[in-house]
Amino acid sequence: MLDAPLLVADDLSLSYGETRALDSASVQVHAGEVLALMGPSGSGKSTLMHCLAGILAPDSGTVTYDGRDVTTMSDVERSALRRTEFGFVFQFGQLVPELTCLENVALPLRMTGTRRREAERVATGWLERLEVGDVAAKRPGEASGGQGQRVAVARALVTRPRVVFADEPTGALDSLNGERVMQLLVAAARDTGAAVVLVTHEARVAAYSDGEAVVRDGRVRQAELAR
Amino acid sequence: MSVGQTLLGLLESGPRHGYDLKRDYDERFGQERPLAYGQVYSTLARLLKNGLVEVGSEPGAGPDRKRYAITEAGVTDVAGWLSEPERPEPYLQSTLYTKVVLALLTGRDGAEVLDTQRAEHLRLMRDLTRRKTGGDLADQLVCDHALFHLEADLRWLELTAARLDDLAARVRA
Repeated sequence: MLDAPLLVADDLSLSYGETRALDSASVQVHAGEVLALMGPSGSGKSTLMHCLAGILAPDSGTVTYDGRDVTTMSDVERSALRRTEFGFVFQFGQLVPELTCLENVALPLRMTGTRRREAERVATGWLERLEVGDVAAKRPGEASGGQGQRVAVARALVTRPRVVFADEPTGALDSLNGERVMQLLVAAARDTGAAVVLVTHEARVAAYSDGEAVVRDGRVRQAELAR
Repeated sequence: MSVGQTLLGLLESGPRHGYDLKRDYDERFGQERPLAYGQVYSTLARLLKNGLVEVGSEPGAGPDRKRYAITEAGVTDVAGWLSEPERPEPYLQSTLYTKVVLALLTGRDGAEVLDTQRAEHLRLMRDLTRRKTGGDLADQLVCDHALFHLEADLRWLELTAARLDDLAARVRA
């Protein structure tokens, strides 16, 4: 028998003015699973991810994380959840340009009160694991696109989040770098038992998932996960 | 793929026994479909008859101890084959297109046909991705070739899904 899902969106609807971005969307992911949210541009897949991550509040429906209703949490509670339980990777790394790559990866730990030396020790481990230990002292602008994205993955995983949200994580990379980033991201998530919510319009990227939910015109069709 | 010319190409790097040739073929190109011994020997017999290989027996050898070597004519044949482009297969009027049109024509849900196919394509792409992740460079290249083709199918599928209403109107007109 399967465990209860870790993260569940149930019957979400959300409109931007006249435009219906989500229409009774339901989706779920278990711990240790990689779920791909697929669909064309403007289909609502990023909106769905933002609702799952507690960044956007739906007009109706609920998001439940580990048995807790995210939609009724206060801003402070949701922000704490994102900082401690969730990790994020975006299409363009969104690293802090003034900090070194090591400081970027250590930042989430520093924000949750870890002392500098310890934060940097852990961050160094993650940089090495993502095969970018050699850019630790460089600023993001001095690293290549592929290296920068691996640094961003290290930063997303450094707090050992239980859910990693990856929004087109390979969208700005060439095929070879994109493949390596996906291999490393999925392997690291599997090792730490994290769930991954992967937003992508590329089938070859989605092929790293255990299952897919296809979003079209705000409606979702989730295929059974290949577990 | 032309088995004869592939075997010739392998022989160009040095003479081999039939058994070694089969093993070499299977390791490099035959993961999905290894060659049957019968096919190896019948192909070699044909190449021999056409003067593209020659054979040198070893003392006391049985039929499987024949050592095959490529001839000048064989080298020319391989060169000709390698320099010819393969015919691109456009897959026009595919079964899937037919199914979508028939579904719409009979008042069924065309999107359902596309969704079912997408799930199946992705299932195969997952298998290939797993095989690639655990494999060597040859596995990666073979799997990538298949993955890019499946991805092309999926792109067609997505575009068709986006045009389904138009298609339905036209088909039912």
